[in-house]
Amino acid sequence: MLKNYFKIAIAVLKRRKFFTFISLFGISLTLTILIVLSAFLDVMLSPAYPDVKRSRELFISRVVLKSDKGNYTSQSPSSLYFIKNFVSTMKRPEKIAVHTGRNTTNAYQNNKKMEVELMYTNVPFWEVYEFDFIEGKPFNGQDLENVAQVAVISEDTRAKYFGESSSALGRYVEANNIKYRVIGVVKNVPATMIYANSDVYLPYTLDKANLDGTSIMGDYLVTLLAKSTADLPLIKEEYQQLLKKVPHPEKNQELLLSKTNSYLESFTEQVFGNVGDSGKTRFFLMIGVFVFLFMLLPTINLVNINVSRIMERSSEIGVRKAFGASSRTLVGQFIVENMILTVLGGVLGILLSFVIISILNASGLIAHMNLVINLTVLGYSLLACLVFGLMSGVYPAWRMSKLNVVTALKANN
Amino acid sequence: MIQLKNIEKVYRTDTVETQALNNISLQVEKGEFLSIMGPSGCGKSTLLNLMGLLDAPSKGEVLIASQQTLQLNDRKLAHFRNSKIGFIFQSYHLINDLQVLDNVELPLLYRNSSAKERKILALEALEKVGLSNRVKHFPTQLSGGQKQRVAIARAIVGKPEIILADEPTGNLDSAMGNEIMNILLELNRVDGTTIVMVTHDPNMAQKTHRLLRLFDGSQVQ
Repeated sequence: MLKNYFKIAIAVLKRRKFFTFISLFGISLTLTILIVLSAFLDVMLSPAYPDVKRSRELFISRVVLKSDKGNYTSQSPSSLYFIKNFVSTMKRPEKIAVHTGRNTTNAYQNNKKMEVELMYTNVPFWEVYEFDFIEGKPFNGQDLENVAQVAVISEDTRAKYFGESSSALGRYVEANNIKYRVIGVVKNVPATMIYANSDVYLPYTLDKANLDGTSIMGDYLVTLLAKSTADLPLIKEEYQQLLKKVPHPEKNQELLLSKTNSYLESFTEQVFGNVGDSGKTRFFLMIGVFVFLFMLLPTINLVNINVSRIMERSSEIGVRKAFGASSRTLVGQFIVENMILTVLGGVLGILLSFVIISILNASGLIAHMNLVINLTVLGYSLLACLVFGLMSGVYPAWRMSKLNVVTALKANN
Repeated sequence: MIQLKNIEKVYRTDTVETQALNNISLQVEKGEFLSIMGPSGCGKSTLLNLMGLLDAPSKGEVLIASQQTLQLNDRKLAHFRNSKIGFIFQSYHLINDLQVLDNVELPLLYRNSSAKERKILALEALEKVGLSNRVKHFPTQLSGGQKQRVAIARAIVGKPEIILADEPTGNLDSAMGNEIMNILLELNRVDGTTIVMVTHDPNMAQKTHRLLRLFDGSQVQ
């Protein structure tokens, strides 16, 4: 029976080539955009170089101070004071990486102005994140203690300062009118690795603006590495207990709120988060609504095309009913036919996605990003395709199956 | 084989009510070849559609093989039609996108028969109507007479007890019409198939066992 449906489906597609083109174009374009977007999300959220231990990591990306009257809230990353005096006393984490976000600054090399991004880090940062050193090594505790003006730079930064193939070790990079001796060069980090990507990495003891003070608010992010995933809830609990002991002298503010989040939560918190809510649900809801609306348009188009084809095929529907097809069987047939169309569109969409992803990767639109269609993305794409086929097939199929046999047979006479 | 009791069929729109059939009672015996004649619009095809369970009467009862059919749901009706009745239409109603063999196999798709079994039965039916050399053709590549023979093959492939033919020779010249009529007569004589045929042609009607005349939705003879 499926062979018969397949033959009919292909014949129907061939019969009205323009409609077929419109349908396939709509399906494949929609799917291509969804695949490319999901590949973006995948690369943003999946563990990758140098953040390969993500399953054991928790992130403290902000602290919130809220007045007891609820009329004032301020939030920011943590201060070094808060981290040194409180977070670093935590017993559960195996390592605690501390670093700023990326700070863009001007730099000059051979009288040429360029922009570089600086990141201040501590020593465990190099242990939590597994950087590949092309040459040299990271700074150590001694360098931090001595406030040594040393830097680890990325491969691209080395090329910008010193040319493609020359060694950078022992040479100096200048940023913010300060010269730093290069002691290590790391393989480039994709821009999508928001907690580890920078051009120049400096010891945090060089970050004079943040060294003093007793404010809880500052510029630093914390990555807590657990010994095992089983420790993660314990670390979360330890951190909440710790917060209760933190005095926070900021005027008119009584409540200190902060959370240890998974990478996904810390990612969504920055865009969709509220006080006490990582925004993960809102993030997925927004994606769901976007995907639904995005698929709705071509679905409605396909529904329209399919419905308009009913009369064309009324004789066939009448004959099938006369010879024993029940309404249910006919619904099945038309859904299968529609699935064949959407799967064809899906295959085209997947091929088109490969082409577009190759172009995006080659274009360098996002530095060092390597989009891939992995099995998960492919699986979701095929699922989207089936949902698409069902969504656009059920209503026309139901309409077709409800056609009165006598009317259907008369229509083409 | 077919029993109609006090059948009425009324078509209603918002403004008009049309009485298509009026108090028709009829019995068609097993193995009988009945023809129905009457002017256009007198209700011949409506009567045939009711016998074929393609439509439901406004009043009255339709019994096929002694079974009451009015209470059957869509699925049971479909099964009933598939196992008991074969249809032949004036305009053939072949599916142009399918080859002759696939067209003939169509009723068997709705049974639990294997592809191999379907093919054997379809070839057998095509052999019977003398078209076994056209199995790979598409309907558009056939003449009117050949199309109607394919339609007959499709009607008999499931070995139904009843064949309902709605002006099967209406679109054909007399030679082709006779050819088709001979096939139907053969089916009735050899296989004992009950046949009800609507026709405008008195010569064709003459060849059947019994003639039923309709006028304005009523039985006149």
